[in-house]
Amino acid sequence: MTNKDGRFGIFGGQYMPETLMNAVIELEEAYNHYKNDPEFNKELEDLLNDYGNRPSRLYYAKKMTEDLGGAKIYLKREDLNHTGAHKINNVLGQALLAKKMGKKRIIAETGAGQHGVASATAAALLGLECVVFMGEEDTKRQALNVYRMRLLGAEVIPVKTGTATLKDAVSEAMREWTKRIDDTHYCIGSTMGPHPFPIIVRDFQAVISKEIKSQMFEKEGRLPDMVIACVGGGSNAMGSFYNFIDDKEVELVGCEAAGKGIDTFETAATVNTGKVGIFHGMKSYFCQDEYGQIAPVYSISAGLDYPGVGPEHAYLNDIGRAKYVPVTDDEAVDAFEYLSRTEGIIPAIESAHAVAYARKIAPTLSKDKIIVVTVSGRGDKDCAAIARYRGENIYE
Amino acid sequence: MSNIKKAFENGKAFIPFITCGDPDLDTTFKIVKAAADNGADLIELGIPFSDPTAEGPVIQEANLRALTSGTTTDKIFDLVRNLRKEVTVPFVFMTYANVVFSYGAERFIKTAKEAGVDGIILPDIPYEEKEEFSDVCEKYDFDLISMLAPTSENRVRMIAKEAKGFIYVVSSLGVTGTRDVISTDLSSIISAIRETTDVPCAVGFGISTPEQAKKMSGISDGAIVGSAIIKIMAKYGKDAAPYVGEYVKSMKEAVSQN
Repeated sequence: MTNKDGRFGIFGGQYMPETLMNAVIELEEAYNHYKNDPEFNKELEDLLNDYGNRPSRLYYAKKMTEDLGGAKIYLKREDLNHTGAHKINNVLGQALLAKKMGKKRIIAETGAGQHGVASATAAALLGLECVVFMGEEDTKRQALNVYRMRLLGAEVIPVKTGTATLKDAVSEAMREWTKRIDDTHYCIGSTMGPHPFPIIVRDFQAVISKEIKSQMFEKEGRLPDMVIACVGGGSNAMGSFYNFIDDKEVELVGCEAAGKGIDTFETAATVNTGKVGIFHGMKSYFCQDEYGQIAPVYSISAGLDYPGVGPEHAYLNDIGRAKYVPVTDDEAVDAFEYLSRTEGIIPAIESAHAVAYARKIAPTLSKDKIIVVTVSGRGDKDCAAIARYRGENIYE
Repeated sequence: MSNIKKAFENGKAFIPFITCGDPDLDTTFKIVKAAADNGADLIELGIPFSDPTAEGPVIQEANLRALTSGTTTDKIFDLVRNLRKEVTVPFVFMTYANVVFSYGAERFIKTAKEAGVDGIILPDIPYEEKEEFSDVCEKYDFDLISMLAPTSENRVRMIAKEAKGFIYVVSSLGVTGTRDVISTDLSSIISAIRETTDVPCAVGFGISTPEQAKKMSGISDGAIVGSAIIKIMAKYGKDAAPYVGEYVKSMKEAVSQN
C-alpha cells in the first residue's frame, strides 16, 4: 500500500525536524526487523490474547437489526478489550517494540484518554516509564481517565497551549521527544504522524479486520457488505478496513465527527471540510484557513476532536476505496443512548458516531445484506459528559 | 552568488529572529529597522503559524500574539516590500511547511523573492522531504536553508553537500528557547561541514547572552538568536524597537570579538 518513502499516493511522508530524523529512521529499521521476528510476534500474540482479551467478539445485534428492519448488523466488540478500547492493540505492539529497542520510557498524547490509559497500562506491565500529554480541556472532559492513568503510574501533563485539545497534546509530545530521544519512544496513538508511524499503528490494529474476516466466515460463510468505523486520526477504522481493502465488494465507511454540522465552524470532519496540507509530520487532509493556519476544531468526542486524518485514509478517500461521512454531535448522542437501550451496550461517544451511521444506512439496505460496525471502545468514560449534554449534572 | 553569503562577509554574523506581527506589523517594521541599523547581518523573519511544533513557549506565545493581531502571509509580504525601501540587509523567512504549501509553493516563493527575501527556513522539512519545495526554490534562486542537529551524526555530509545559503546548526536537543548552558559538542558536526562545503554555518537554539554568542560564533560563522529577542518584544510591546536595537548592537559586538 506504500512506496519506499512511506507514502500513500501523495499522502504521508516524514515532515519532521532534523533532530528527530535519526529517531524515526531507527524506529523504521527496528520495526522492519521485529515485524518478521517469530519470537516478537509470539510474545505480542500472547500479550494480546492473554492480557488484552483478544480475539474480541463479533456479536450479532439481533434487536438492533430487527428494530431497524434492514441489513443484518454485527458489532465488533473492541470495547471488551482490556482497558476498554481498541487502543491497547497498538500500544502493546509499540511498547514491546520500544522495549526491544532498549527504550526505558514511552511518551504519548491522548484525546479522550483511552490511548493514554492503554499506554500507562502497557508501561506498567512492561516496566517502562510513561508520560502522557493531554489537552487541559480534555483533562476536564475526561477526568476519570486522568485518574486511571495516574493510578497506573503514569505522569499526566495537561497541555495549555492552543485549543488545549488533542492536536496540542500531539504537538507537545513531539516537542518532548526532541528533548529526550535516546531512552524515549513516542508511542503515537493513531495512524498518523510521520512515516513509519501510520504503518506501524495500522499493522498493530489490523488484527481487528483479520478477526472480523474469519469470524464472519464462521458465522455467515461470506464477507460482510459494509464495514463502518469512526475516524479521528483513524486507527480503529484503519484496523477495521485493512484486511478488506482488496475485497472490493466490501464497502468501507469512515464516520467523521461533524460536531455541530459541516456547514458550521464547530466541526472536526477533516475529509469533508479540510484540504490537503502538511502538519504533524504528514501530508494529509487538515481543517485549516486560507493561509494554512490549523483550524480550532470541535466535537463532543475528545477522541475525534482532531483537525487532521491519517494519510492512508486520505488516500483511500481519494481513490474512492473508502468513503467518509459526517456524523453530528446530536446524532452521536442519540446513537449512544440507542445502543445502550437496544442492545445493553454503552459505546464510547467516538464509536457512537459509527453506530449513528449504521442506524441511518441499515434500514435502506435489504435484509440479506450484512453490516459490521466497530464498537471501538466502551462508553463509561462518557456518561457524565453525555448527561451534561442532556442537561443533567451528575457527579462521578 | 547567493545574497545570503554577503551576510557572512562582515566578520562573524549576528542573526536575529523576529516574529512578524508581534504585537503588530508596524512595530515589526521598526524592530527590523532597528536590528539592521545596529549591525544585524541577516534577519530571520518569522511568519506565525498556529501550531509551531519546533518552538518553546516564548516563540509559541509570539506566534499567538501575531495571529491574534490579524497577521497574514500577504500582510507580511507587504511589510517586506516596505522594509526593502529602507533596509538592505538580507532577509530569510522562517515558518512551517503548511504556510508555504497552502499558499502554493511557487506562488509563495515567487512573491517572497520579488518582495526581497532570499531564502527560507522550514524546521519541519528535513532532507528527505526537501523535494517538496527545492525545485521551485532553485527556479527563483531562493535558498532553502538546511538544518543540522546534534543528532544528525551520519547525516551531516549528505545534508551539507546540498546545502544552500547557509547551514543552520541546532545547538542542542529540544525546542527553541534560552538555555543557561549549551553543553553539546558541535565541533565534529562543524568540522564535517567544513570538509564538505564552503557554505557558511551559524548556530542557533538556546543562545541569549553575549558570551554564548561569542562562543557559538567562534566555532562557526555566526550566531542566531530568537527567544531572547522575543522576550524583549514581549516586555516592551510597541516600544520594543530601541531595546531590540541595543541588544543587537551588544550581540554583534560580542560575535565580532572572535
